[in-house]
Amino acid sequence: MRISLLGGRLVGPVLADGQGLVLHDAITDLYLADGRIAAIGQKPAEFQADLTLDLSAYCIAPGLVDLAARLREPGFEYKATLESEMQAALEGGITSLSCPPDTDPPLDEPGLVEMLKHRARGLQAASLYPLGAMTVGLKGEIITEMAELSEAGCIGFGHAGPMFTDTQVLLRAMQYAKSFGYTLWIQPCDFFLSRGGVAHSGAVAGRLGLSGIPAMAETVALHTIFELMRATGARVHLCRMSSSAGLELLKKAREDGLAVTADVAVHHLHLIDIDIGYFDPNMRVDPPFRSQRDRDALRAALKSGVIDAICSDHTPLDDDEKQLPFAEAAAGASGLELLLPLTLKWADESGVGLSEAVDRLTRQPAAVLGIDAGVIAQGAVADLCVFDPGDRWTVNATSLCSQGKHTPYWGRELIGRNRLTIVAGRIVVNHACLNPSFI
Amino acid sequence: MPHPQLRSNGELKHLLTIEGLPGVLIHQILDTAKGFLGVNTRDVKKVPLLRGKSVFNLFFENSTRTRTTFEIAATRLSADVVNLNINTSSAAKGESLLDTIDNLVAMHADMFVVRHASSGAPFLIAEHVNRTRGDGVHVINAGDGRHAHPTQGLLDMYTIRHFKKDFTQLSVAIVGDVLHSRVARSDIHALTTLGVPEVRVIAPLTLLPSGLDQMGCQVYTDMKKGLKDVDVIIMLRLQSERMRGALLPSAQEYFKHYGLTQEKLALAKPDAIVMHPGPMNRGVEIESAVADGPQAVILDQVTFGIAVRMAVMSLLVANP
Repeated sequence: MRISLLGGRLVGPVLADGQGLVLHDAITDLYLADGRIAAIGQKPAEFQADLTLDLSAYCIAPGLVDLAARLREPGFEYKATLESEMQAALEGGITSLSCPPDTDPPLDEPGLVEMLKHRARGLQAASLYPLGAMTVGLKGEIITEMAELSEAGCIGFGHAGPMFTDTQVLLRAMQYAKSFGYTLWIQPCDFFLSRGGVAHSGAVAGRLGLSGIPAMAETVALHTIFELMRATGARVHLCRMSSSAGLELLKKAREDGLAVTADVAVHHLHLIDIDIGYFDPNMRVDPPFRSQRDRDALRAALKSGVIDAICSDHTPLDDDEKQLPFAEAAAGASGLELLLPLTLKWADESGVGLSEAVDRLTRQPAAVLGIDAGVIAQGAVADLCVFDPGDRWTVNATSLCSQGKHTPYWGRELIGRNRLTIVAGRIVVNHACLNPSFI
Repeated sequence: MPHPQLRSNGELKHLLTIEGLPGVLIHQILDTAKGFLGVNTRDVKKVPLLRGKSVFNLFFENSTRTRTTFEIAATRLSADVVNLNINTSSAAKGESLLDTIDNLVAMHADMFVVRHASSGAPFLIAEHVNRTRGDGVHVINAGDGRHAHPTQGLLDMYTIRHFKKDFTQLSVAIVGDVLHSRVARSDIHALTTLGVPEVRVIAPLTLLPSGLDQMGCQVYTDMKKGLKDVDVIIMLRLQSERMRGALLPSAQEYFKHYGLTQEKLALAKPDAIVMHPGPMNRGVEIESAVADGPQAVILDQVTFGIAVRMAVMSLLVANP
């Protein structure tokens, strides 16, 4: 199938002939053939389109790359299924995604990973890049067969929840991962300092009588991680940065030349502990929403590049886990379909250009994953996200495709939404208002 | 977002927390309670204000004392009272909190008195009945986790007003485990709302939450300095489990430094009153000579507590 995409505003990283990689932002035509991008701008000679779309009302970006989406398989199919969440990803314009190993059983055996990859391929949806478990059963005791898991398709190795308590196991995991060149994905959070906590330690938690998770749970963990990285030379991706003090340490570590990357969950760019309001369980996330100062530091760090990428940290939960008193409610929020609009909101409020914002959802996370995606280039696989940056929509049961309906943005209006998704040259989601003309 | 305990016209629909209540409303509750004090000393200790109403005491956490005072208050207002100890019934069978509430609302409950170990649980219940039942069902927070115990806060204010009259001239010290205390939080909000110029909090740093200065308190770790010239001393109960989790080394050491003795009481004003929400741990946070001494008003608090709870219940039902 050959498709001409005409008149759209092409935004984000583009590898153009003779110019190298640029952050592009201009009306540019795209021509797709055989699942790949045949040409950018100039129509190739003898190109005969089967389908021509007038995208003059839309922006075209590389398909989004999400670093953290829980798909709940295997083990938690009652919360969400691979089908429902992979479809939600496509609805959100996400064409590549990574899933953490916190399934049941955890992704600690090659067979489980192969099955998951097989199921995902069968859906012909987004490309799935599973993270393997760093330790058997995510227990923090025995390191997994990382090489086997890698062959089965794991792109890195992570854990779930706070960092395990045995520092020697972490040291060994880093040494082992370094031997093979694997990346460890770690959420910097000290187990003991965060134990029992449900909200950011501060005036809000003090007043509401909620037990706190201090910012130092992050900084103490970061000190440990960086020290072990210095000793081992291991490469680490830090998941879900949350505090201003943690970002200072990250900045220093980058300046020191450590092989470290980092992401932030998109809702942490907007919400703070005060938003807990009257104990709203939808505001319970991990790590917790911190102070306004921390939120502002996260926004600035993303702008300056101290943080590489934005992720959805998608966590579909059911009513039984969420309609509970704040401290008893499960942590997490649905995010696949909010990733783009909440990123656009950050860009708009922070004076960041559209193409730069898109870069943090595409090329940058793809670089963290080490995959060939997230850039529009001649000959590249045609994974595209076509969005309307001005579309106003309300987050509710009908607008969200994910089986998890719990998000801090429930009932709120957002601006900007993915309208058309193309995976390997196939249109898989189409809500765009257009008059296709067959030639 | 409107406060879930208020109606759109500002009237009290539920009592979930003292935080944010206007001072005039607090005084109105205390004035109403004063009227009920007489009922409690009559031969026939009953008024018909809640006749035909069903009050459900929903205690997800054990408490004989608080439950009994609510039961007495409701009975004296002629309500029908049902006591439910949920931790021994539905929750043990796996029923969710809101399913339990829906079932009881279907039995035409008019008022829930809720005690729960989780901060904010009564808010969840109040918002749920607001959504599903409109205006007909009232919720009173009888203590939620570490967050609030508004009727205790109100009865403490009643007690202070009874003995000290003018809030705007007072120095009040709250002593002990503020970190885990819902009573302390409710007292602090009430005292600052009523214009008390000096609210002191006295405890070791392991028992203090973040943000006390934003709540309008001055923090003292030295009890002898903290008690200097205060008018009111509110002692808090120390749970024995605080010795675990590295918050305190021992009850003995705690008593030595933060227990109220006659010697330490002498540092306060000569007419200072001593309060305690009960039940007391004699020899842990308070010495018997003080607890039973002339400055203690601890039993007055219990008496006033019935009248204050009657006032709250009748005011909620009077705003149908």
